[in-house]
Order: sequence, then structure tokens, then C-alpha cells
Amino acid sequence: MAEPTQSPQHFRAELSRDTGEIHRFTGEVVGAAERVGYSKAARFAIRLALEEAVSNAFKHGHAGLDPSLTLLAEAEVTPDHIRLAVQDRGPGFDPDAIADPTLDENLDKPSGRGLMLIRAYMTRVEFNEAGNRIEMVYRPKGEHA
Amino acid sequence: MAGEESRLRVTKTDGVSRVEFLDRNILDEANIQKIGEEISRVVDEDDKPRLLISFANVDHLSSAALGTLITINNKVKNRGGQLRLSNIDPQIHEVFVITRLVNLFEIHEDAEQAMASFS
Repeated sequence: MAEPTQSPQHFRAELSRDTGEIHRFTGEVVGAAERVGYSKAARFAIRLALEEAVSNAFKHGHAGLDPSLTLLAEAEVTPDHIRLAVQDRGPGFDPDAIADPTLDENLDKPSGRGLMLIRAYMTRVEFNEAGNRIEMVYRPKGEHA
Repeated sequence: MAGEESRLRVTKTDGVSRVEFLDRNILDEANIQKIGEEISRVVDEDDKPRLLISFANVDHLSSAALGTLITINNKVKNRGGQLRLSNIDPQIHEVFVITRLVNLFEIHEDAEQAMASFS
């Protein structure tokens, strides 16, 4: 059986709101993760974070902007970590201003869970100063070689 | 009730409307909105709707899908009805745990158990 490659694989795409395009990009990144040995649970986490970040960027970052605007999605896949980034063309937002969706009084509110899920599944999550670029890092917790 | 473009299978047994998804991934907004509208129509069919949503075969669920489930739950409650969820894959169940939505929804391991829980 071939040893998984150690060299990082890079992915970069300008994504439109076309769901096929988004799923294709996510599928490529998740496929690369599978090939270097990431577990099913890790791949679930990566797909979730990427889909939620792209969805948030279009829904909130590009709210009120030209719907044909694209956003930039990037990924780096290595056996040791996966780095994901999504940058929109909106004015940015303050991630600390989002209400905690797990509080009892917010449980029956239908929105506001995307970012908390990203934070729960990723090892590290950071925003640029403008608040229109999210960078996420996933490091496996010893569940794969 | 399901049109030819429906992403759902809806059956009615013993006064309970049982909804199953045809897709493995419930991720994209347009589909989720359509699914929400369709389930909403099922809820509107009864005065005190009894609804079971089964997630058998569903591998991925986005936060937008969770939002739609919450909206449906609120609607069912407002109409004095009951909502149960069942057959949730362990990884998706973890999403319900992380978001604390296990405290909002009544979740059963399988459809039989959920059916038996309706009063």
C-alpha cells in the first residue's frame, strides 16, 4: 500500500453562490483529506466547517451586495493539519457580537449556529481585522496516523 | 402530497405524519427552504399535528437545516402538536449535543420508539 504523500496539497477557488460549485470544492478538499488518512469524523468536521463558512459568507458577508459577487476559498491539506480559509467581499463583521445560541433563551431561535459549530469542530479559528476572512485549522487528535 | 421534485417521503400512520429525507446531505439553502415549506404544509394539515421526522440515511446537516427544524418545532408547538426526531446518525447527533438542541427536541433512537412516544 502506498505511503500517503507528505507534501501539502493546495486548493483555491473563487466560488459563486452555485451550490454545485461549492459542493465540488468541498468534495475535493474532503477527498484529499481522505487520501492522506483523515478519519470519517475528521472529514465530517472539515466538510461542516467549510460549508458553514461559505454559507455564512454569502448569507451575512454578502448580504445586500450584488448576488453575483464571488468569494475566495482556500485549503491546504497535509497529514498533520488542514488549513481552511474563506474570504468574502463584504465589509466584515464582529464575531464577538454574535449571541450565544446555546443559551436557554436562544435555543428556539432558528439562526446563529454556524460559527459556534465551526469553533466546536476546528482546532483554531481566527478572523482578519476587517472580519471578512475566516481562517480555520484542524489538527487530528491522534485518531489517524 | 409529495410533488415530483420533492426531497421528502411523507407517510401517515396512526395519525402521525412521518417524514423521511431522500438526500444524504441536507446542506444547501435553496433545498432546505423547499424542505421547510413542504414540512410546514404537512404541519398545516392537522389541528394538533403529530409529526415524526426520521433522519435515516442522512449523513450531513447544516446549521441552516437546524434552523428549519427549529422553525418547524415552533410551529408544531404553536398548534398544540408534538414533534419527534429519530434515526439520527451519531455524528449528526453530536451536532445536536454541541448546540444543546437535544434539550429542545425529543429525539428517539428509532422510528418505532418515537411512534410509541406520542400521546
